[in-house]
Amino acid sequence: MAAATCTLLEFQGTGKTFGAVRALEGVSLAFHAGECLGLIGHNGAGKSTLMQVLAGTLAPDQGAMLVGGQDLRHRYNVRLAREHGIRCVFQELSLCPNLSVAENTRLMCAGLAGWGWRARARRAIAEQLQAIFPGHGIHPDDIVADLPIGQRQMVEIARAFVCEGEPLQLVILDEPTSSLDAGVAAQLLRFVRRFVEGGGSIVLISHILGEMLSTCDRIAVMRDGKVVQVRPAADFTHTSLVECMGHAAKAAEEHRTFVSRRHGTPVVDTCPARQGDGQCVRAYPGEIVGLAGLAGHGQSQLLLQVLRQRVRGRQGVALVAGDRQSDGVFPLWSIAQNISVASLAQLRRGGLIDPGAERALANEWQARMGIRTPSMDQPIVALSGGNQQKALFARALATPHPLILMDDPMRGVDVGTKRDVYATLAAEAAKGRTFLWYTTELEELQYCDHVYVFRDGQAVLDVPRSELTEALILRGSFQEHSA
Amino acid sequence: MNASNPLPLAATQRPAPRERARLLRSALPGVSLAVLLVAIFIMQPRAMSYLGLNLMLNLAVPIALATMAQMLIITVNDLDLSLGSFISFVACVAATVLGPHPWLGSLALLGCIAVYAALGALVHGRNLPAIVVTLGMSFIWMGAAILLLPSPGGAAPAWLQGLVRIKTPLLPLAIFVCMGIALLMHAFLARSTLGVILRGAGGNPQAIGRRGWSLLRIKAGLYGLAGTFGVLSGLFLVGLTTSADANIALRYTLLSIAGVILGGGEFVGGRVSAVGAVLGALTLVLAGSLLSFLHISPDWQIGAQGAILILVLALRAGVNRLEARP
Repeated sequence: MAAATCTLLEFQGTGKTFGAVRALEGVSLAFHAGECLGLIGHNGAGKSTLMQVLAGTLAPDQGAMLVGGQDLRHRYNVRLAREHGIRCVFQELSLCPNLSVAENTRLMCAGLAGWGWRARARRAIAEQLQAIFPGHGIHPDDIVADLPIGQRQMVEIARAFVCEGEPLQLVILDEPTSSLDAGVAAQLLRFVRRFVEGGGSIVLISHILGEMLSTCDRIAVMRDGKVVQVRPAADFTHTSLVECMGHAAKAAEEHRTFVSRRHGTPVVDTCPARQGDGQCVRAYPGEIVGLAGLAGHGQSQLLLQVLRQRVRGRQGVALVAGDRQSDGVFPLWSIAQNISVASLAQLRRGGLIDPGAERALANEWQARMGIRTPSMDQPIVALSGGNQQKALFARALATPHPLILMDDPMRGVDVGTKRDVYATLAAEAAKGRTFLWYTTELEELQYCDHVYVFRDGQAVLDVPRSELTEALILRGSFQEHSA
Repeated sequence: MNASNPLPLAATQRPAPRERARLLRSALPGVSLAVLLVAIFIMQPRAMSYLGLNLMLNLAVPIALATMAQMLIITVNDLDLSLGSFISFVACVAATVLGPHPWLGSLALLGCIAVYAALGALVHGRNLPAIVVTLGMSFIWMGAAILLLPSPGGAAPAWLQGLVRIKTPLLPLAIFVCMGIALLMHAFLARSTLGVILRGAGGNPQAIGRRGWSLLRIKAGLYGLAGTFGVLSGLFLVGLTTSADANIALRYTLLSIAGVILGGGEFVGGRVSAVGAVLGALTLVLAGSLLSFLHISPDWQIGAQGAILILVLALRAGVNRLEARP
């Protein structure tokens, strides 16, 4: 593979920030024709952001984007990406469920217009499906909503390769095999090789290491918004890939004396719905249990499962939501009301809410969580993101419930807030409360007494803190071979 | 996965029950209309004549046009609660201004369409719930209609009255017009590429936006088109009734929503059918006639119409369950 092959696009020192979060920092990476480039990294490493920049849906705010030697960063957008033959198959499906397969093809291809476009769209998508997934069983007139998820993903992928008079040079495949069964996934990977050998370019993101090593020509490893390694795939092994994703020089971890709390009767003893081997997630009184692994591999579902069980059994439980805007705050209410809403049973006096008790509760938790506001009667949306999240923690902790579930609550929260919250969690756990904590940040796992690593909806690793290492978690999160 | 072939075989083989359920679902509006017609003809054979059909379907065209307007709004998951008062206002404009000042009247009607397009832009641009915006607008339209025509009266221009009373051979004009609207809108929404994009905007707006189409223009365009159908509905209505009244079409708001849903449309997800919606509107119109033939007093008719609506929707829920079964 000559380095002098035709370069389609090149990032030079590209960066992107969201508020206080640096999602991408000084990324330099080139995409060549006739090459499959693998992109790998743990949660928040910046893979998705980088791909969105490449597809034109996010504008970078630093560095250069060279296309044919010209810096197009300032005017790069979806349309321009499309004109340069760059297409993207996003992880969340972008098909319109109410339209047929052929109509969805039309949405992607402006070339399908004028008289007889339906017949041409039908033929184009059928040909492409046949080329990638022979024996696919999909009819171009099927309504997408009627197709099972695997077939939808096949349509989504095949659609990206339809070219009716439009350029096609680079296709981004973001976890394309996640809902395909092994046979179909193998068909796709064989097609990727054929496409690349025909001069096309593919960017492949996958959590299955075997797939990456066997299909890619080069692999770029990302960590903390930076590309830390780019090497030919042949130079990597399973072990070296996993090592690259972690922090090479791990700072000497403070090894607090670890005392296992795994005795007595567990507060939580639940098997994930898709668990095959009977491994259960357990949490004992006073324990902080972490749920790790790549985002979207069944951790939130487990939390919901536990939540339903507890609610049905009328046992106390509180949840700290991660998606503040949609699951957390009541935007029209005051901070005090947002905190007291989960504890109304304790604040009742003669069937009505006791305003004095409510105010006392709000003030107590303002002091304990350090919520920075002149008055707890202000609307919650007046607070910064971090302080809103503190209020949500206060809501859960103010309840008398012995079990608190946390659904990646620290997303987009500043470091100061995090430190305050960790301290509170440790103090509450010492009092005997149990926490079940799904987190996408590796560093947070060191605050947990016990960690379960999730992959494909199952808990695949079960480690106490004394044995916890970053490499172990990464190895658990990424599958060695396809199923 | 297992030892057997992991994939379904030939591409032409589709699961038969799924296919059958979908067919059943799209046939439902037509079947309910046919059942209703047969019931009417059995009860009152004289209805099966040019005159009988003309009498029964007299007001079908304005309702079908209103249903088209509502359907366009429902395509992008919104709901127009001001449609009835808007059509009333249009009728008042036509009965007062349009006759003596044709230019001013036409300009006013064009202005109405522009207001509708602006509403679409407002709903999208400010991310407001369409129900709230249109509920507010309904009071504005009604107030404007009352200002224009404080008491029932006015006169539709003679040319308009003549136009809606054309005697067509074989079948009454209403049937031809309804068929024309249904086929035209079906061709536009279901067969043209623009129609695909518009329906796509109801099914997955993010995907449409990410692909580079302007959702603002899509919404403003659809609202503007809905306004155009509202204007046509008002003109047709006032041509038939010859005079107007500020409350003349208030019940069209709910009738139009019911027509779209009866015709197989869904409130969310961009699933609409133009042919189905027209059939739904006709079903609602004929349901009124059937109830009169059954000698049900007008006091009970609205309730009985509701019962028919519930019956058809229950049937559809049954079909949907059939569809969902793997």
